[in-house]
Amino acid sequence: MGHCKQRFQHFYEEKRILYTLLILPLLFSIILPLSIRSLTNETDPKDMITLINAFSYFYVILVYIQSTTLASYSILGEKIEQSLEPLLATPTTESELLLGKTVASFLPSVAIIYANSIIFMILIDLFTKNSFGYLFYPNWTMAFILLVVVPLSSIFSIQLNVIISSRVNDVRTANQLGFLMFLPFMGLYIPLVTNSLSLNIINLTLISVIILLIDIILFYISKSTFNRDKILTKWK
Amino acid sequence: MNKGILRPLFFYFFRIVICLIFLFNYFIKNILQIKYIFFISSLFVKLRSGLINLIDAENLTRKFDDLIAVDNLSFHIDEGEVFGFLGPNGAGKTTTIRMLSCLISKTSGEARIAGYDTSDESESLKIRKLIGLLPENVGLYDDLSAYKNLDFYGKLYDCSLSKREENIEHFLKMLGLWDKRDVNAGTFSKGMKQKLAIARTLIHDPEILFLDEPTANLDPESSKTVREFILDLKNENKTIFINTHNLDEAQRICDKIGIFNKKLMAIGSPEDLERSVWSNKTVIQLKRVTEKILESLESLSIGKFTSNDTEIKIDVNNPELDNPLIVNTIVAAGGEVQYVNRLSPTLEDAYLKIVKGGK
Repeated sequence: MGHCKQRFQHFYEEKRILYTLLILPLLFSIILPLSIRSLTNETDPKDMITLINAFSYFYVILVYIQSTTLASYSILGEKIEQSLEPLLATPTTESELLLGKTVASFLPSVAIIYANSIIFMILIDLFTKNSFGYLFYPNWTMAFILLVVVPLSSIFSIQLNVIISSRVNDVRTANQLGFLMFLPFMGLYIPLVTNSLSLNIINLTLISVIILLIDIILFYISKSTFNRDKILTKWK
Repeated sequence: MNKGILRPLFFYFFRIVICLIFLFNYFIKNILQIKYIFFISSLFVKLRSGLINLIDAENLTRKFDDLIAVDNLSFHIDEGEVFGFLGPNGAGKTTTIRMLSCLISKTSGEARIAGYDTSDESESLKIRKLIGLLPENVGLYDDLSAYKNLDFYGKLYDCSLSKREENIEHFLKMLGLWDKRDVNAGTFSKGMKQKLAIARTLIHDPEILFLDEPTANLDPESSKTVREFILDLKNENKTIFINTHNLDEAQRICDKIGIFNKKLMAIGSPEDLERSVWSNKTVIQLKRVTEKILESLESLSIGKFTSNDTEIKIDVNNPELDNPLIVNTIVAAGGEVQYVNRLSPTLEDAYLKIVKGGK
């Protein structure tokens, strides 16, 4: 876990990463409820619920973006700095290193999403209490999103980044490739807004199962990719 | 003494010796049993290899698809020895260091570090604790201070807080970086980074050091500091394996040198290697070397020669006969001879001759 702590410190000291991580979700968490507030007087509450649910799916996308940013700096950054070789020479196993990198990307991104989702939920409740006549949050849909889909989405991103890092030498390319792979899940936002897909527990379970299966496949591929010999001889 | 007494005495002792041999034979066969003898002797050999031969390679080979990077490499390095691994770029030196430090696998052969097998996963963890590796690219964390860089690695090697504090202070002071301990490594010069990376290599007090090009791209002053530091480590009885291009450095630091280009081409002490390519070379210092002088020398059909503005180096087979002829020819061509010296072969001569396959 020493490695994990060191990476946290790295993110903290790399202010650029820190601002990207903190500002983007904070903007979403404030602007989205504000846009809901502007609609409260003229929109049907049912349509507002559709919109709020669609907005809540943003956190699945956001955590993916956060984890991609952190994982690409954590793995690819280390590859670019050429600091992997001395690290691999230490008596640390490959699984420990991979776990350290995963935790160092997973925990901050999920924690930031949780913190921001609380802001989002409080503001939504504040702006919609009068229109709905009850507190919309907390609810089971949001709980499922935050406790199941968000962590799975983060793991998807991190595992994918390990594999991408073995093929590319540029953080931006890694980010773009990572986002490209998540495009089908990002695309789900459109039917959610247009109400052609509802964000209920069944649909969320289906999305979670698909992401979980992808996570399992990616875990095995990334585990075989994150191998001392391959990192030093095959990684480009 | 009377010869008559000596003769029976001799036969008497001879019989005793024969009896002792029979007794010894019976003792080994029936009492100790031969298998225990083998066991004890193999234990002794193992103990010896574990304690004395710290680095062992036997027919070590690494292939990258069809390319053979290291071909049947065999050598032994004793405890406290400094071994210089010399070879041109792409010779497979870094691949060798990576195999020995359990970073990459071998294709065939065997390598042991302090008796531990590098290809065994559980033993490779023990090897990593015993060794310190300075890779070709220092790979420091630029956004961390010098102190934090070392502290992080100390934690990875499970060093206690007190040991980390003690070692960090000791090595940073020794390498002249203590005043810069809180400065980010990213702001350091190349030489400072190299010194910091060396301190990182030593943070857990390793017995064996693998240094890949420790003075490459350093200015003369930094190179000198690093070289002197390596000599200090040698005095502390550390076993050191150095990859280097720097022949002068190898000659000054190393007890043993291996000249390597995919295959091990020669191995021995610097003096042994120099002697192995012994040749007679005459150096003639002139006021000025002219075209006419060089043409005259070419017409002599003696050994090969090289020249610059004021000096000519000539390979001579028979100095007593050739040198007067050469000097006379130069003088006849208008040359003003200032000095005539015999040039002893250097490690550079040995290296070039061996690598070019001239041996």
